[in-house]
Amino acid sequence: MPAAVTLRGITKRFPGVVANDHVDFEAAEGEVHALLGENGAGKSTLSNILTGLYRPDEGEILIRGTPVAFASPREALGAGICMVHQHFRLVAPFTVAENVILGDHRGEGKKFVVHPRRVERRVAELGERYRLAVDPRARIWQLSLGEQQRVEILKALYREAQILILDEPTAVLTPQEADSLFETLRVMAGEGRTIVFISHKLHEVAAVSDRVTVLRGGKNVATVSTKETTPHSLASLMVGRDVAATTRIVWEREAGAPVLEVEDLWAVGDRGDDAVRGVSLSVRAGEIVAIAGVAGNGQRELAEAVTGMRPASRGSLKVDGAPLRLGDARAAIRAGVAHVPEDRLHTGVAPSLPIASNVVLKSYRNRDVSYGPLLRLATIRDRAAELILRYDVRGGRPSLPARQLSGGNLQKVVLAREFYGRPRVLVVASPTRGLDVAAIETVHGYLREAAANGVGVLLISEDLDEIMALADRIAVLYEGAIVGERPGGEATADELGLLMAGAHAA
Amino acid sequence: MIRIERRLTQPRWLTFVVPLASIAFAFVVMTVVLLITGHAPLHTFRLLIDNAFGSVDALNASFVAATPLIFTGLCVAVAFRMQLFNIGGEGQLYMGAIFGAAAGIALGNHSGWLSVPAMVLAGAAGGAALALIPAVLRAYLNTNEIITSLMLNYVAALVLNYLIFDSESYWRDTSSATAKVFPQGKNLPPAANWPSTSLGQLVLPLGLLVGVAVAVLVWFLYNRTRFGFEVQVIGDSPRAAGYAGMRTRRMILAVMALSGAVAGIGGASQDGDFRHTLDPRGLSSALYGYTGIVVAALGRYNPFAVCVIAFLLGGLQNAGYALQGADFPSGLVGVLQGLILFCALGGEVLIRHRIRIQLRRPAAEATEATA
Repeated sequence: MPAAVTLRGITKRFPGVVANDHVDFEAAEGEVHALLGENGAGKSTLSNILTGLYRPDEGEILIRGTPVAFASPREALGAGICMVHQHFRLVAPFTVAENVILGDHRGEGKKFVVHPRRVERRVAELGERYRLAVDPRARIWQLSLGEQQRVEILKALYREAQILILDEPTAVLTPQEADSLFETLRVMAGEGRTIVFISHKLHEVAAVSDRVTVLRGGKNVATVSTKETTPHSLASLMVGRDVAATTRIVWEREAGAPVLEVEDLWAVGDRGDDAVRGVSLSVRAGEIVAIAGVAGNGQRELAEAVTGMRPASRGSLKVDGAPLRLGDARAAIRAGVAHVPEDRLHTGVAPSLPIASNVVLKSYRNRDVSYGPLLRLATIRDRAAELILRYDVRGGRPSLPARQLSGGNLQKVVLAREFYGRPRVLVVASPTRGLDVAAIETVHGYLREAAANGVGVLLISEDLDEIMALADRIAVLYEGAIVGERPGGEATADELGLLMAGAHAA
Repeated sequence: MIRIERRLTQPRWLTFVVPLASIAFAFVVMTVVLLITGHAPLHTFRLLIDNAFGSVDALNASFVAATPLIFTGLCVAVAFRMQLFNIGGEGQLYMGAIFGAAAGIALGNHSGWLSVPAMVLAGAAGGAALALIPAVLRAYLNTNEIITSLMLNYVAALVLNYLIFDSESYWRDTSSATAKVFPQGKNLPPAANWPSTSLGQLVLPLGLLVGVAVAVLVWFLYNRTRFGFEVQVIGDSPRAAGYAGMRTRRMILAVMALSGAVAGIGGASQDGDFRHTLDPRGLSSALYGYTGIVVAALGRYNPFAVCVIAFLLGGLQNAGYALQGADFPSGLVGVLQGLILFCALGGEVLIRHRIRIQLRRPAAEATEATA
């Protein structure tokens, strides 16, 4: 097979880091080539170089054997390279067809007056051929994230892209939707296109790719044929040491009395629609209850409503049997509801303030750190230093602005603070998103420890592996309502996936 | 090809060197302006410095000019710490002057120990009351406080004129026939005149001392108390503040009221220290409120730096009045002030970013690494 893309000795430096260190990479025509690596391994930098967003400090790019130097993403687009980003580049109030021609400088997109019909027809055709069903006249905001992803792929197909790069495409999909995406990718590869599939999930890489390139610490550590490798050896390559696959640890605990009782909870989302629709659940002391679901099905709103950050329109909450005022974060904190939010950098901490301030973000009113209206700054500093040591926050010191910590260490600061108040209930949302393997293990360890100490943990996550490894009970959230519940040990990914897609099997 | 990149770390020395270099650069550009307009640059600068800081008289005049700027500068800085843009210092100062004058007149000529504190409190109340309007609108309807506070400046200016020129209000002097033809404010009783402090030959207006005291108070409030902690968190990340259970709306009201109160005391100080009457023309021609925005920005919203900058800019303004004449238009000093602000804000960019010069044509790169 001829090489569609060749990267030779690509090096890209950013202040303080070498993101890519002499990386060689080659993808053939008609190939699905997976780019595997942990967060920070240099996958995104490499794809940004390939799409013309960054320019390499060293090395060369060859497209079908011809050296190229892209000065802008538009030039890369002209060479037939398209990228589907993790965060979609779509204009919400525009229709599918309008988004497809947006920024396209050939044919219909170039005209002053656009004839949407022709574009719509073409988009429908492509959708049918590649099994990417979306209504070309629908507006983006009306679509689910899975459908929006299809629009992104249609955009690439409409532009006749020969090389398609997908960055973590399955994060917003159910297992079934992911399978359907893989089929589409296979069809596209069968036509001679090149697919670069960026992921850190081993089973996906095994399912879809022909070859795998593993990046670690900005370097290419291996390029192997998928058939000749195993998920286990890929994992070892990715992490750089032998790892055990995430397994479910069963340990004996006494589940106690219910510490969190949610009864018919309704909450309004940011768009003014009902994002949480009549959720009822209970979490007992020492228990980990997981909420599974595809992103955007009301998880964030549920977490915010339970912790009082978002007003609830209906329903009731009880902590330790005592009713909790709805929509009052301060009351929830006082009642012992700890919260590790999804957006740890802008919600979990005040990013520009020092770690010391962030450690007392919720407790600054308490007697032990304040004296009337005055703060005990020395006590606060000492506590920060103590927690940095105890939770092994690398590179942390009390006066360091929180934003300068890496994701994993930032999460440790958030966890340290939330545990310090001896909570009764812990609501955690996507606690390991964007963390590397080592940090994920640490965070999971803390969650288990919390449960072992009798805290009721409500784990809201889009990562099924994580849920199946941790949860005692799993509830599935679909369009704001709980559509099924399974005991943690017995649930299978398939079964949960069906529920996540809205099949009412409960 | 020149590219601007964001600095990952900000070296400490830069925060001192860059502002000084910016001011030096402003003087260089001013030299060009002076040459074009046919003035000898070095001689002019010499005169400026002499008239601002060069003698006891010049210093005393600079203190007078600096006093209102401390208040209006602090007014902007107080609000900005929570990412609120209170552009209404001008109007809040007028309100403070109106309320302060009312208190001074109403309490009559009994005792300064009664009148002066009462004027300070009344001025603060007046400024706070006006600032609460944009605050309520922002907190409950999420309107833009820049627009609302700015527009209220015009309202306050009209009220001020109305009280003296268009009505026979409590503040207007209607005691004589001349006063009825040439409208002016009532003179405050002597007890309402704020005493000044002498330090050798230097004369420090009471308002200046109050202003510095307010700066100390603001610093303490913002750096040592729970109130200040909430201001910092809300200013940095409103979502984190909501997450921590802070009452953001209440804080918007409190901080805007505080900000307005500071400007209001500045207005009362104008009555008590200098004008001894409610003087619409004098108050509005100086544009204290708007200059306060410049002072706060140059002082990087630090209360102590605001005092220093207020003194420097006050001195410059005072020297401008002194130089003003047939061959030296008053606008030229304004030009220099504008240049200093412009260069200082340009310097801010240099502290946060660095400029890289590349010979080859680079790709359009994001300024931040997303590796």
